[in-house]
This record gives sequence, structure tokens and C-alpha cells, in this order.
Amino acid sequence: MADMMKRVPIAEQEPAVRAHNFDEVCLGYTEDEAVEEAKRCLNCKNPRCVGGCPVSINIPAFIHAVTERDFKRAYEIISESSSLPAVCGRVCPQETQCEGQCIRGIKGDAVAIGKLERFVADWARENGIHPQPPKEKNGHKVAVIGSGPSGLTCAGDLAKMGYDVTIFEALQKAGGVLVYGIPEFRLPKDKVVAAEVDNVKGLGVDIETNVVIGKSLTIDDLMEEYGYEAVFIGSGAGLPRFMGIPGEQSNGVFSANEVLTRSNLMKAYEDGDTPIVHGKKVVVVGGGNVAMDAARTALRLGAEVHIVYRRSEKELPARAEEVHHAKEEGIQFDLLQNPVEILADDKGWVKGIRVIKMELGEPDASGRRRPVPIEGSEYEIACDTVIMALGTSPNPLIASTTKGLDTNQRGCIVAREEDGETSKTAVYAGGDAVTGAATVILAMGAGKAAAKGIDAYFKNKK
Amino acid sequence: MYEIVKKEQLAANIYQMDVKAPMVTHSCLPGQFVIAIAEEDGERIPLTICDYDREAQTVTIVFQPIGASTEKMAALNEGDSFHDFVGPLGQPSELCREENLEETRKKHIVFISGGVGTAPVYPQVKWLHEHGIDADVIQGSRSKDLLFYADKVSQVAKNHYICTDDGTYGFHGMGTDQLQALWDEGKRYDWCVAIGPMIMMKFVCKLTEKLGIHTVVSMNPIMVDGTGMCGACRLLVDGKVKFACVDGPEFDGHLVDFDKAMERMQQYKTEEGRKKLELEEGDTHHGGCGLCGGDK
Repeated sequence: MADMMKRVPIAEQEPAVRAHNFDEVCLGYTEDEAVEEAKRCLNCKNPRCVGGCPVSINIPAFIHAVTERDFKRAYEIISESSSLPAVCGRVCPQETQCEGQCIRGIKGDAVAIGKLERFVADWARENGIHPQPPKEKNGHKVAVIGSGPSGLTCAGDLAKMGYDVTIFEALQKAGGVLVYGIPEFRLPKDKVVAAEVDNVKGLGVDIETNVVIGKSLTIDDLMEEYGYEAVFIGSGAGLPRFMGIPGEQSNGVFSANEVLTRSNLMKAYEDGDTPIVHGKKVVVVGGGNVAMDAARTALRLGAEVHIVYRRSEKELPARAEEVHHAKEEGIQFDLLQNPVEILADDKGWVKGIRVIKMELGEPDASGRRRPVPIEGSEYEIACDTVIMALGTSPNPLIASTTKGLDTNQRGCIVAREEDGETSKTAVYAGGDAVTGAATVILAMGAGKAAAKGIDAYFKNKK
Repeated sequence: MYEIVKKEQLAANIYQMDVKAPMVTHSCLPGQFVIAIAEEDGERIPLTICDYDREAQTVTIVFQPIGASTEKMAALNEGDSFHDFVGPLGQPSELCREENLEETRKKHIVFISGGVGTAPVYPQVKWLHEHGIDADVIQGSRSKDLLFYADKVSQVAKNHYICTDDGTYGFHGMGTDQLQALWDEGKRYDWCVAIGPMIMMKFVCKLTEKLGIHTVVSMNPIMVDGTGMCGACRLLVDGKVKFACVDGPEFDGHLVDFDKAMERMQQYKTEEGRKKLELEEGDTHHGGCGLCGGDK
């Protein structure tokens, strides 16, 4: 009998091997491993894990189906709540959500809920099982702006309820951050993302790429000219933030979004025509998931990579698994340090970064201890590339062209949390466009809530 | 797919295409740009809109192949399609907006174009002409055989001045020389729009600053998504970071840090592209290619 306190180990590519390729790091459970891990679930009467899930998947029920090897049933249970299980199983911060609530986690390892979700979704895909479109349509047209996690979820849920849904995507491929942002080695594009997008299309959702709402068409155009009766805005995060320190305009300073878009969306890492800079020594500034993704991408393109983060390891906002993987692959963490200047050569190219050491002071508004510079502790790190992964500020394209749509001081669209309702009638919003940069699953939760909100709007209208 | 309805070769290495793109023609205006992708997984190439026909739903683009991706575009023919074609992106020209008409009528406007920059100047002058507003155009070209759009511009400009660097056609000199000459003759302008290579716009701005002419330039930095996501196109304008794709592409030329912008243009230039630029731009080429050391 295996140790029930410990989770069933999962196969991964060896760090030394995967540091040089873009194939997926985690290889997933086999059927037997999944069943064994599923048996660790205590099937709690009052399952706290479900409360920890932003889309409230009936976790004990699907895990129970896995123990019975009824993987199809397990997939159906997950599909009741989530349109993108193969994605969530890979990118959700489970340790702070479902798994963070797991009773097993108190004395041992939490049940590997994310890995089981991934297993079930992958099994369904490999066995040709797809969610089914509704038998009847209700005749109402809804437009969804953006094909990222919130848009796909909202569109999928509305389609299941019988709505006629069209997604408008600004880029050339559907998937939003799942395509341009999260790298192949964490979330395979063709195998996983394209398949999940196809599942949403299979529910009857149309996806129009290369349409920039706010530019090609406005929201008013959609409603007045094109006959959409309601709109969901899931346009995602926006302009990359920079620090405002000297030297930031130097050649070789990039936003993480630029590096990731070139690599992921444009396939610069393999045979795409789009160029990407292959740094020899790269400093990534920031400690979130995007910073980890950029750092591990630069590593795979052949660089020595340092992550510079102003707080300590405990405060790193990235998923624990990403930090763990990044370290295994040889990325160096220069913690409690903050850049003060980027140094350039006489041709304007980066040659180093000057950082100051930090210590943690009193907790700030976020509840984390505020980093305070240590005077006189500045030193230089030689490097040829700096990647800024500091989050984003909202994209102004929609807010600036939509009359009657309120935004807050930060420029985010104001939407009610429980149903996504905005200040403009029949217009709903969710995801990063509302919250600022957050996670895939929170965006999905918002998309789900808005689908309910939109359905309620139509029912009340009658 | 976005069909190429018409293709023309305007000069030795300058191509014009009319592309069917209803989502662009729905509301595009002069000053805005599109992003074109020749084939799947191709590079996103930003191009300023050079004309549009809302009825036929076509957008006109003009470009000069300088690398693998633009060569691929040039190899497409009538009846072929772009894999992707998206827009309009960026802000419309300040001059070409209905809400500014009254203000615009009071202005004494001169456009200065350099090289391929003549193409995006044309729709602005045309728009003004259609709205009964006069504008002069100084069209600069390296040589007579690279000159294009002269007839079209003549039809919509109040006064059309052509100048060539080598003196093979029209005024012998650059656009800035022509402007100075006109100024010396007593011509007066209070609004200038300069579109062309960055170095040309920089020198126009130097002159117009001296002459006290408000000057708008259309910046064409490196871009990836063009929708305000990647930050590749950032520029320093009045010391502040601006994104050409959402804040621009047009900016007050007297506030743009051209030296920084030209330095940043070198980031992804290939050896091949640099050599071509140097060749094509000839005497007017003073930087930006990363090979020649520019004007510094």
C-alpha cells in the first residue's frame, strides 16, 4: 500500500533536457496513476475544495468517477462547470485554490486535483469526447469580445444555454493569453489550447479573428448595426508597465509580453518569420507567472537567466510549481533586489543593470511586507537583455470608444462581481479588463458569472 | 482570407496593393494603419493606410520589401490573399476628423513626404481636398525613377512641389531645402505634416522648429501586436513613454526623441535589411539601419 499522505508522483521531463526544448514539462498521469491518486480523496461531505474553485467544479464527484475508471463521467462532471479543463489543470494556482483547501493537505500532500483534472481532460480529448451543443437555440445574439479564458468561458456557457454567440478576437489566432502569453512548455498550443477552442466552437460559437473592437467596430456598431442584443467584454490586460528608471529605452529592454508574444503567438522559437532576441545573459524583473514564463523562455533560447525580484521568496506571486521548475532548470533568483538603472553601451544596447538590495519592512496595502531599499547597497549585474515583467495597465481601446461605459481610476472597466454588469445596458465585462492582470481561472470565473448575468438580463427583459 | 484585388508596381522596389478587408474599411480614416500577415505563422507587418474604398471594401497599402516577410508580401499577386489583415489601428490624423473641421479650415497646411511616405500622405491630402480644405505638398524622392503618386497628389494638392536629391526631377534638393526655399520666397505655413524615414522627419522637425511651424510626424517603430499589448513600439515623447500603436502613430514632431527612436529601430534589423535600406535610401539615408552609424 502506498503512503496515503503523499501524492502519486507525476512524470516530468528531466530539468537538464527540458531546459533546451519547448516541449511540455509535465507529462501527466497514466490511467493507473490517476486512479491511485484519486483514491486519496476522502470524498468529504462538506467539500472545502469546491469552495476554493472559482468555477465551483464538483471536485469530489469527478474524482470519485476517476476511482471507478469512469473517465467519461468524470469529464461530464467537470464540463458542467468548466469549458477549459485541460487548460485549468495545467495553469491554475491550485495550491491557493482547491488544493489549498484540501483536508489531506493538513498533515500531508493535498490531493493532486489539478493533475487529475488535466488527466480527465486529456483522456477525453484523446478519446474523442466533446461537450455537446444544445438541442435548441433561443434566437438571441450575443457578442463576446476577446477569445481568452473569460471570453471562451462566457461564450461556451451562453452557447450551452442556447444563445447565438460570436467571439471577436483582435489577434490572428483564438485563445488570448493562452496563445500569446503562456508558453508551449507549460500549455501546448496545438494539442491543448486549439482543442479546447475547438470544443467551444463545437458548442456552436463562431470566432471572428482579426477584428479589433473599439477600432474595426465599436460596441455600439455591434449592437445597432450587427444586431447583437448583449455584449461581453473580455478584452484582457493591456499595456505593459515599465519602471520609469534611466536606461529603460535602451536596446535589449523588452516587456515580457513582447518576448512571449514573439515566441508563443509568432512561433519565433521554432520556424516563424518573426525575429526574437537571443540574449546571452538575461535579467528578468518581476516575480509573477509572467516573469517565470519569460525567464524560462529566455533560458530555452540559450541564455543564462537571473530573476530580480524586490521581495523575498515567500512573496513570489508565481505558482509554486513554476518557481520550483524554474529553479530546477537553473534559473537564478536574485531576491530582495530592485533595479535602479539600466546601463547601456555607446550604441544604446544594454550592458548591465544596477540594482539596490532591499529588506522587508512593515506590511503594505497588499498585506505583504513592504520592501525597503538598503542605502549604499547598489551593485551592477552584467547582462545583455532585460525583460520587464511588472504587470500591465488597462488597454484603452474599448473604454475610450464606448459611450456610457464607466472605468475606475486605474482605467479598468467597472463591472459588478457577481454578474459582470457594467454601467452600460446589456454590456457585461470580466477578466483582466476589469480586475487588471490576474489569473486564467479568475477570468474564467468572471466569464461564467457574466454568462449567468446575461441570461438573467434576457429573462428579465421578457 | 483577405484577397488582393489589385497589385501595381509603383517604382523599382515599391508595390501597391488593394486588399479586400471589410472590417478595416468599416470605419478607417487617414493616419491609421493596418497589420498584414502574408502567410500562416508569418510576421505581423504594420503598414499605414494609403487609401480606402468603403463601397468596394478595399484598403490600399504601399510598401517596400526590406526583409524576408515583406519579400513574401511582394511575391503575392492579384487573386492571392493575405492570411491576416487587421485594422484600422492607431489614431486617425488630427486633420482628418469631422469634429476638427472648423479648426482645420483656419490652418495653412504643408505636407512633406519622403520616399514611401508619400503613400500615407496622399489619403490625408485627399480627405482635406474632399472637405474643401487646401494643403500644399512637398514630395521628396531620392531620384526620378523612384518617384510615384505624383499625378495622384497633384490632383488633390493646392500646390505640389516635387524635389529629388539628385536633381533628376523638379527641385534639386531635399524636402527641407524646398520648404526653406518656399519660406524665403515669403510662403507661410502654420501646420506641417511630415511622413517618411525617421531621419527625414527629424530634419524636417529641426527646420520647422526654427520656422515656428507646428509639426506632426507619423512614427513607424517596430511593432508586434499593434493593439497595445507588447510595448515594442514605445517612444519617448516629451520625455514620457508613449505607445505608437495606441497613442499614435502621429505625434507632435517637436516633442519626439528621434535619436532614441532610430536607435531602437536597429533592434531586429537583419544584415540583409540594413544593406537594402542603405542602398534604397541612398543619400537621404543617415541612420536607422544600424550599419552606417547614422548622423552621430
